[in-house]
Amino acid sequence: MSTQVLMPALSPTMTEGKLARWLKKVGDVVSAGDVIAEIETDKATMEVEAVDEGTLARILVAEGTDGVAVNAPIAVLTADGERDAGGDAPAAAAMPKVAAEGSGMKEIADRASEAKTPELARTVPEKDWGETRSVTVREALRDAMALEMRADDDVFLMGEEVAEYQGAYKISQGLLAEFGDRRVIDTPITEHGFTGLAVGAALTGLKPIVEFMTFNFAMQAIDQIINSAAKTLYMSGGQMGCPIVFRGPNGAASRVGAQHSQCYASWYAHVPGLKVVAPYSSADALGLLRASIRDPNPIIFLENEILYGQSFECPTDPDFVLPIGKAKIEREGSHVTIVAFSIMVGVALKAAEILAQDGIEAEVINLRSLRPLDTATVVESVKKTSRLVTVEEGWPFAGIGAEVAMQIIEHAFDWLDAPPTRVHGLDVPLPYAANLEKLALPQPDWVVDAVRKLV
Amino acid sequence: MSDADTQKAATPRLTNAPAMTQDEYNRAYRDMLLIRRFEERTGQLYGMGLIGGFCHLYIGQEAVVVGVQMALKQGDKIVTSYRDHGHMLAAGMEARGVMAELTGRATGYSRGKGGSMHMFSKKEHFYGGHGIVGAQVSIGAGLAFSNKYRGTDEVAVAYMGDGASNQGQVYESFNLAALQKLPCIFVIENNQYGMGTSAARSSASHALYRNGEPWGIPGKQVDGMDVVAVRDAARIAVEHCRGGHGPYLLEMSTYRYRGHSMSDPAKYRTREEVEQMRREHDAIERVRKALLELGVSEQTLKATDDEIKALVADAAEFAQSSPEPDPAELWTDILVEA
Ligand SMILES: Cc1ncc(C[n+]2csc(CCOP(=O)(O)OP(=O)(O)O)c2C)c(N)n1
Ligand SMILES: [Mg+2]
Repeated sequence: MSTQVLMPALSPTMTEGKLARWLKKVGDVVSAGDVIAEIETDKATMEVEAVDEGTLARILVAEGTDGVAVNAPIAVLTADGERDAGGDAPAAAAMPKVAAEGSGMKEIADRASEAKTPELARTVPEKDWGETRSVTVREALRDAMALEMRADDDVFLMGEEVAEYQGAYKISQGLLAEFGDRRVIDTPITEHGFTGLAVGAALTGLKPIVEFMTFNFAMQAIDQIINSAAKTLYMSGGQMGCPIVFRGPNGAASRVGAQHSQCYASWYAHVPGLKVVAPYSSADALGLLRASIRDPNPIIFLENEILYGQSFECPTDPDFVLPIGKAKIEREGSHVTIVAFSIMVGVALKAAEILAQDGIEAEVINLRSLRPLDTATVVESVKKTSRLVTVEEGWPFAGIGAEVAMQIIEHAFDWLDAPPTRVHGLDVPLPYAANLEKLALPQPDWVVDAVRKLV
Repeated sequence: MSDADTQKAATPRLTNAPAMTQDEYNRAYRDMLLIRRFEERTGQLYGMGLIGGFCHLYIGQEAVVVGVQMALKQGDKIVTSYRDHGHMLAAGMEARGVMAELTGRATGYSRGKGGSMHMFSKKEHFYGGHGIVGAQVSIGAGLAFSNKYRGTDEVAVAYMGDGASNQGQVYESFNLAALQKLPCIFVIENNQYGMGTSAARSSASHALYRNGEPWGIPGKQVDGMDVVAVRDAARIAVEHCRGGHGPYLLEMSTYRYRGHSMSDPAKYRTREEVEQMRREHDAIERVRKALLELGVSEQTLKATDDEIKALVADAAEFAQSSPEPDPAELWTDILVEA
């Protein structure tokens, strides 16, 4: 049987090239891997190697020919001892079966819009978990880890200072004593390396909790978080998931300057394959961290250092857990919807109190989860209030507020009586001086002013 | 660390003991030939426009992965870079599924969503297929961590290129693995070039096998064109790791015959250099000769060649006739449904 040698494509974009030179002549015996010709593209000269062995029976394209199309036959090889059948063209290589023009496109479009449409079913009221007690966010986070580690040996905690030091912010207090150094692991200051290590462990089915001393330092590891943790499930066709929690304080602390004071919410919320959670209260911290540890996906869990010491009522039920992807209406109101997350929920609630003194009833939504975003709850609220103010500590450009506002424009435009408004940290690296720092971060009166302009 | 811990010399072997049994030689020959023929066919399909994007062939380096694999046992974990087709075949993944992923078909290992650089197999303990140079090394340390955490005696092998060996996270991983005594074999496949930059121009260290010394990681330089030397060195590394002594570093001196990827005009080296390597050091030829010396007939070898050829032809046919992924696949596998 004879085989055709075809003009090869040597880059993803090549469509034709020049057959510069033949290095073998008719009658030569070639074996697989032998260079038989040189071709030139606009970019480079490259070698054509034989894939099959045989005798070069015919040359179909003379050297020096320009514009030879990719896949055009350039020569014929015959197997040893056989004669070239001459004009009798060997079977051309099979071309891929490309999905028929147009077919499938509608499904893709349907699927895309389906993915964008929030379920507009009425949001279910939050389950009443009964008795509560006052705990700090710090204790709630620790309890969440301890409870899940007791329940599942695959869960372990690693990070800088998490074990012997009990946590840079004392979140992991007591965990080393209870679980030992097999499961509570101090790492050197190598975010990139230990994050990659944790991702590798998660790919095998372990469930690491990676504590970043603060999320600012996770920038050193962001490649592993996005390229390895978030994308592997997809790239593996669903074979290999990455059950992992990345947690730590996010956003401004107090007077620590620009490098230690950034909100990464919109960075991570941008990425398909991640879930991004941002608790406000102790109940959020406990319920959402437990859910995050149990979740089979990579979770970015954005805490806030200033909230660590604050106390909130928190359910005592040992089974207490919260669903990821459900916002919480912290305060009901009918005049304006204020959407916030993390520490800004407190700012929004303070603003709502001030506004109430003037008879303006604000509905305050605590997003709790940024990806998936509970668009339905926000849409439902805006349909009632017709006004939207978003509050975030981070920068405005391509921020969470921008996304929430766009969701409302897409899904509740006709209900709006005023343009959505954003309250956000100033578009500057966070300054150190006490007065400047205060001027750069959203305060309750900023929210009050924003609302007053709308109602 | 004593001098004996890092060795440049080939593994010592009793002079009159056969390097490998005939069965072992047969296996090495078959596995290396499968990779070579598979990659040649891959290059051909790429040339025909049936495979797209970045595609990095393993031709020339076959002895490395085949030799290491011969020292491993079922359950040992493997992770590598984008130059991964050979690793997958050596790990036992099916030629059909790998080739079908290359052509972007629904029957590929990642259902067409990964491509040449991103394939995985839980079943064969193959953890990818990673496109970010060096990222697989920390992940490999994590695979070893998992073995230790679960109390198994399995080891993990993290392959990287000479270029990758300059990445910061590689040294973070060396440190982490040494601190925690992780059963991780770091294999540097020194094929002399990272794209167009020779190892000499990219690393101030000219003895990559010694790059783990500051952390006390024993290292060995191995002739990566000699499958026997590779297997023997890998055995020592595996024994070290299984014994709970922490990580081990192997530098395999090897060579890739083809360009970095399909679109590499290879102006950074001469054709003579490549030809000389092929002529004088080809790993498959070496094993072929050994088999002939052991009395195996040309005919028997021809039968193996034919068997491999048929296997690869079948994979190529499968990869071309399989359907493209359903458009609905766009939206699956983004998150695991909890
Ligand atoms: C972080 C990163 N930087 C750059 C690249 C582009 N790139 C891909 S392969 C490569 C060369 C790597 O060479 P080496 O590690 O020696 O592996 P080899 O290709 O020789 O197997 C480069 C620069 C990349 N994929 N990832
Ligand atoms: Mg290299």
